[in-house]
Amino acid sequence: MSGVVVVGAAESRQLGVVKDQSAMSLATSSALDALSQAGLTLADVDGVAAVMPVVEFAYALGVSPRWLDGTNVGGCSYMLHVRHAVAAIERGDASVVVIGHAESNRSQVGAQPLPFDRSSMQGQFDLPYGASGTFARLTLNAMAYLDAYGLGEADLAEVPVAQSRWANRNPRATRPELLTVEDVLASKMIAWPFRILECCPLNDGGGALVLTSAERARDLDLAYRPVTVAGSGEASEGGSAMFMENLTSFGAFRESSASAMRSAGVTHADIDHLMMYDSYAHLPLIGLEDLGFVGRGEAVNFIRGGATSPGGALPMNTNGGGLLYAHTGMYGMFALQEAVRQLQGCAAAQVEEVETSLVQGIGGMWGAAGAVVLQRG
Amino acid sequence: VSGRALPVPTPETQTYWDKAAEHELWLPKCADTDRWFFPPRERSPFTGGEVIWRRASGRATLASYVINHRPAPGYEGIGPYVIAIVGLEEGPRLISNLLDIPAEPQALQIGMKLEVTFENRGVITVPQFRRAGGETGA
Repeated sequence: MSGVVVVGAAESRQLGVVKDQSAMSLATSSALDALSQAGLTLADVDGVAAVMPVVEFAYALGVSPRWLDGTNVGGCSYMLHVRHAVAAIERGDASVVVIGHAESNRSQVGAQPLPFDRSSMQGQFDLPYGASGTFARLTLNAMAYLDAYGLGEADLAEVPVAQSRWANRNPRATRPELLTVEDVLASKMIAWPFRILECCPLNDGGGALVLTSAERARDLDLAYRPVTVAGSGEASEGGSAMFMENLTSFGAFRESSASAMRSAGVTHADIDHLMMYDSYAHLPLIGLEDLGFVGRGEAVNFIRGGATSPGGALPMNTNGGGLLYAHTGMYGMFALQEAVRQLQGCAAAQVEEVETSLVQGIGGMWGAAGAVVLQRG
Repeated sequence: VSGRALPVPTPETQTYWDKAAEHELWLPKCADTDRWFFPPRERSPFTGGEVIWRRASGRATLASYVINHRPAPGYEGIGPYVIAIVGLEEGPRLISNLLDIPAEPQALQIGMKLEVTFENRGVITVPQFRRAGGETGA
């Protein structure tokens, strides 16, 4: 268990379609809100991490950091930022770290263009085959998973159905409607077997976390109780669905989650809240199995039986998830924000007595994974 | 087909694309262990040793797929199309479209037998797959 805590966590006040704020402004305003929760100011910040150009982010904030982390491994980068910030704070390389995030992929206000390198491995061997979006790339292994366990399209639909019970309680959710399997199957086809309700929406938005030592946090006037970063893990595998050693399991999920739980000194029985990255509906299925919460091929029945829904044994994606709450292109910050809120006791759909939360992210096209165990106090 | 994305070879992958232009599928192997691997790399991912290139059988099975309803540039006007992961007989997997097979779930069985064919995109020829036993030439 580390001696580093989250003392501020804020999402951008605007989320969804935001035409009057740039990505940078969504990130800086989130950072200021997160700092104010901790009774801190920009003058206290000496460490900055971001996926967006981190030097520009620090400069926009008006901070001269002595520690920078611009790690970009896709949507789970924020879990890696948390992990790296913990190490920096424990080593004394930084005392107050701001991790910022924002994207304007929907409205394209000050948005960074997505790189497309035609000589990269994906540019040579993946993108030439008509992959028009992540919905035709990250999803590529789903049929192998469904086929391996005799599952079908109605089974995949159980993921958004269960998560709609959370989204329905969240006034900020992009897709707040309660869903049935029939609703999901009747929604627009995007890339068989994925309907639009099994693919994340594309929003503008951002968020920021503020981390410092537990020792320093004791002297701060905190708006919410601190949340301890108990453990973390990071890993990578191949960078494309075709490079996975096994199409139904992701090595980086297995490695990063095991590392996070081991370093936190917790077991599955201790985890009472899970944020499982879900830009597409098959990710929670493979994730629940790779993280070891259920056996191989059992995730659908676990979800269908209500275990991850309100009142269930393992509340999962309690903001509605990337599928129904919000997704800006890289979702990891929002998964972390929801876990922090649950541990602070201020979530929109608050679960009773959450002590330990596991946040599992994925980055790129089955490329990287990052996991963080957060605990109350 | 015009408008489709064109891969840009690198020194590590040049043999793959040169052979594809001759309508042959060649893959890298580890010289030390004789194991096939993909994607191509300068050194063997198994031993760090030398890489040799050999012609692959072109035989594969369907490992996974989506049927994409949102066309990429160059794929407009053909209706939904399959983007598949195919498992080569030699072990490595490739991404491919499936030619001459209806883009319908009923027509697509995981494990069905496929064979390589080639699609000319002008400056470059890309390997593609179709049902095994199809006509030659593309």
